[in-house]
Amino acid sequence: MKKNVLQGYKGRALAVLQKFKTRVWSQVEIDTTRGLFKGTILPRSENDDDRHIVLKISSGYNIGISVDTVTSIKEFGYKEAKYKIKEREFPYADDKPNVKLLGTGGTIASRLDYRTGAVIPAFSPGELYGAVPELADICNITTEKLFAVFSENMGPDEYKILAVAIGKEIEKGTDGIIIGHGTDTLHHTAAALTYMIQNPPVPIVLVGSQRSSDRPSSDAALNLMHAAYAAGHSDIAEVLVCMFGPTSDEYGFLHRGTRVRKMHSSYRSTFRTVGDIPVAKVTRDSLVHMKDSYNQRRKDRKVKILPYFEEKVSIVFYYPNMKPDIINSLVDNGYKGIVIAGTGLGHVNKPLYTAIEKAVANNVAIYMTVQTLWGYVHMHVYETGRDLLAKGIIPAENMLPEVAYIKLGWALGQTDDPEKVKEIMLTPIQDDITEREPYNGYLIYQGGVPEVEEFIKKFRK
Amino acid sequence: MKRNFSPRDNYQKTKSAVGYVPLHKATQADYDRVGFKAGLEVHQQLKTEKKLFCNCPARIYNKYDDYDAEIIRHMRPTLSELGEYDGTALMEFKTRKTIIYRIKNETACTYDIDDTPPFPINKQALDIALEIALLSKLNIVGEVHITRKQYLDGSIPTGFQRTAILGVEGEIRLRNKRVRLIQLSIEEDSCREVSDVGHVRTYQTDRLGIPLIETVTYPDFANPDEVREGAEYIRFLNRSTGKVRTGIGAGREDVNVSCRGGTRVEIKGVSHNKWIPEITHNEVFRQWALLKIRRILNKKVKNPDNWKIQHKFLNPEDIEFISEPSILAKENKYKIVAVNLPGFRGILSHFTQPGKTFANELSDRLKVIACIEKPNLLHSEQIEQIFPDAHLHKIKDMMNSNPNDAQLIIWGPADDIPTALETIEERCKMAFERVPNESRKSLEDGTTIFERVLPGPDRMYPDTDSEPIPLKEDHINQLKKNLPVEIHERYEQLRKWKIPEDTYNYILRNNLVPVIEKLIEELGVDPKFAGTLFGHDLKYIEGRHAHSSDFSYEKIYELIKFLKQGKINFALAKIMIPFVVRNSKKDFASILTAIDFKQIPKEDIINEIPVLKKKFKEINKSRNKDAGIHWIMGELRKSALGNISLAELKKIVENTYKTGIPRTKT
Ligand SMILES: [Zn+2]
Repeated sequence: MKKNVLQGYKGRALAVLQKFKTRVWSQVEIDTTRGLFKGTILPRSENDDDRHIVLKISSGYNIGISVDTVTSIKEFGYKEAKYKIKEREFPYADDKPNVKLLGTGGTIASRLDYRTGAVIPAFSPGELYGAVPELADICNITTEKLFAVFSENMGPDEYKILAVAIGKEIEKGTDGIIIGHGTDTLHHTAAALTYMIQNPPVPIVLVGSQRSSDRPSSDAALNLMHAAYAAGHSDIAEVLVCMFGPTSDEYGFLHRGTRVRKMHSSYRSTFRTVGDIPVAKVTRDSLVHMKDSYNQRRKDRKVKILPYFEEKVSIVFYYPNMKPDIINSLVDNGYKGIVIAGTGLGHVNKPLYTAIEKAVANNVAIYMTVQTLWGYVHMHVYETGRDLLAKGIIPAENMLPEVAYIKLGWALGQTDDPEKVKEIMLTPIQDDITEREPYNGYLIYQGGVPEVEEFIKKFRK
Repeated sequence: MKRNFSPRDNYQKTKSAVGYVPLHKATQADYDRVGFKAGLEVHQQLKTEKKLFCNCPARIYNKYDDYDAEIIRHMRPTLSELGEYDGTALMEFKTRKTIIYRIKNETACTYDIDDTPPFPINKQALDIALEIALLSKLNIVGEVHITRKQYLDGSIPTGFQRTAILGVEGEIRLRNKRVRLIQLSIEEDSCREVSDVGHVRTYQTDRLGIPLIETVTYPDFANPDEVREGAEYIRFLNRSTGKVRTGIGAGREDVNVSCRGGTRVEIKGVSHNKWIPEITHNEVFRQWALLKIRRILNKKVKNPDNWKIQHKFLNPEDIEFISEPSILAKENKYKIVAVNLPGFRGILSHFTQPGKTFANELSDRLKVIACIEKPNLLHSEQIEQIFPDAHLHKIKDMMNSNPNDAQLIIWGPADDIPTALETIEERCKMAFERVPNESRKSLEDGTTIFERVLPGPDRMYPDTDSEPIPLKEDHINQLKKNLPVEIHERYEQLRKWKIPEDTYNYILRNNLVPVIEKLIEELGVDPKFAGTLFGHDLKYIEGRHAHSSDFSYEKIYELIKFLKQGKINFALAKIMIPFVVRNSKKDFASILTAIDFKQIPKEDIINEIPVLKKKFKEINKSRNKDAGIHWIMGELRKSALGNISLAELKKIVENTYKTGIPRTKT
């Protein structure tokens, strides 16, 4: 493989570097109309402009030199940097549970990429142990990198590969599984795995981090420890999402894969169980159950893998004045299932009626969820709702819109028969639909209220 | 045999062997002897409305116990861009600190506590910083790259400071030399520490994120006074823009000091320039002492590479004579350990700083690295004899110590003991090799204590959350057009005006040359009067009266202008200024009423003189020939102020005595 000595440079910057016969990692003196600059030439991020050269100066800082000001470049040395997380062999202990860590990408363990300035994953057990040695106190870990994609690129193919891989690991006798995953679509994958892996005998724990592990304040290490404890030691044999409880480094929650959702674009405590309470609270060496009922860990290896998914499914987030063409275009493009996130109790406006009729006539399965996220679809209360029911929309109870989307894809992957699809959709799996909403299932405290402020001050967020 | 070893005598003896002289007696020859070398890192907050990377206000400070919420974090070292863990990073990780951040909703947002990515850099701050970079004669970069500088002490919730270089290679001009500048960076200020006890460190987040610049010099200073002069110069330069913050903590210095053969040691957070000479002086001798210790140890110990400590756990009774730890030990909360340091006799009581010995180097590190609160050790060479001989002998026997050895007793929570032992061995082994690379905290008595291992360039990472910011040529040229006059030119100007030198510091510290210039040029004020009005009178008044919040030096200009318009003699300003300082809202006319000023024609006052002269003659009992002049001046002083200059009046009175005619000239 030919090595690119001018990584990331293009256009005018590239021309200047070539003109003065220098390259990335050269130690140079650059004379400019703004004065003399001394340092090591670094690769440039591919998305940045072609008018600057990046230099690391001796104090460790990076600066940019405008190529228009350069009058000469003198190379006096060359030193290529290698970035590698210290690899140490992961220790094995007979008395510790064996946990398999499956990598999908994401930021659970990562390093910096020079070309793009982005964070890229690093994942071998040795690297992991080098970065988070405390893991060895919790369990024995082996790892397998299934793919390296960012969270937003996870899709049906990946769900299936994951489900099958997990099935194999379970057969091989693992005590628990951790899946490292980007956080953006962590809850989609969690829902998909809940459906595709039926009746697992061991915990399957999805984990990510909101702050990448290239920063000291990252939640990655602690999340990973929590996940390792949950996978290795907990008796909850379900698909779970393990992420920070509060934004503080205190404990994590184990959320049921079908009731969890990312609720803040950047907070550490972004994942929340919606309409219910989390299954458990977890630390690196303890677990406290929060829900009484859950699937118990078993010795057997009986697990059913159902890796099916119909890709022609969509979510439509309803807004006032939505036109029928939105629904029509889905039908015209051969979509087989549509989940609508409707307003209030599950409503859309009248102009959509004709489109809905047409869709149902074309054998497209349409399910109604609520964009309020909390609460049940209830279509008998108002006339609009009753009209919609009559047109053939099926209310999906209190299933979250994203969960309904995954479930519909999974159901349609197994059968085209509308009745069978309906049966699958409305049969509760792992609380994707709950019979009742407990009073503490909906808690969004409002800041500014004295009692709330008092609570926050006392118990941390 | 050295039976009667006296730690106190040893301290004195080693102090003179090191050649320590107190600061006030030290000469350049002393500094040349030890190879004094120092550089500065001057931090200065910029006066902006908002913080550097978020939109929180950048001016409100909360009381330490006034907060809405607390957040807990821990810091882990990460891999740097160049592939190494940083030294400090590993040490801080060893300390296993729980960091608590106190958050007040009005002064900190989700960015501050690292739950939201940064907003684009504050352009106002960037321009102020660029202006100062230009004044510092730095080569301005073509593109600003936000970099992450790792701090694992928790002082910044992200674990790194966002910082960027704006210019490199500049210079400042002191009285006798030029000092080169390495660089100037713009960065976010850190949290303020509330407390640091055991494994818990608490910070408040109000100061966090305030725009700050750091000016770094080369180690060009050759004695402590020069360092101070440099610090003053940079401070004045920053203030000359009128766009930086003043007040407690708005400007802070780190001083890097080394002696010949020593190491760059960074002394952090010196908040008063007047402390700099004492601190740098003591540091250079501390290093000189450590080099002396190195020579002694290497002579005494044959094979330093194999040098090891020995330790044994003790019972609470063994340290009964110090109550608190022995009680904790009895309650099983503490472990007590005796440590033998082979060949270290005479070292633990060896002078390092005034009133401090090598044992302090160990105790300081136990506090910081092993998180064991002080007092955390006793040793065989305590200057104050609190370690009974009987106990000491018992311990020496138990450890099979050689007479050449020294012993420590340390105590602390069981979990911290392994780190403590490791820390002691590590520091003692360093004593054979070098002056450790570290940062130290300055104390008010002019000495310093260990703060942390000095981080290297390995702790810098590119900030993947921020775009590089190009600095276009025309923007830089625009900024260049509006730069204030350079500080060394200011000094020139003050000298030319014949303003007394003892006012310079006050005038430059408060950036008063522009307003003095206005007084002279626009209002025709005598330069010397203008200079001393600020540098003597206002300074004196400020020492006694608190400023009202909206007082500005511009008010003094307005006052003089008011006097000029009213044809009132400027000397009255000295009486009016205390009122202006205390209450800037008060209008000048009502101040005149308050001080009971009446405008009287000059002639009327002069006409009083013959009358008073006559009166004095009747009442005089003094033989002093000038007594009459003094008495008349005293009588007229009040009505004269503001109406006629006292100097002029005095001349007239004198003339009246000489010639009988009340006139200025004979
Ligand atoms: Zn903020």
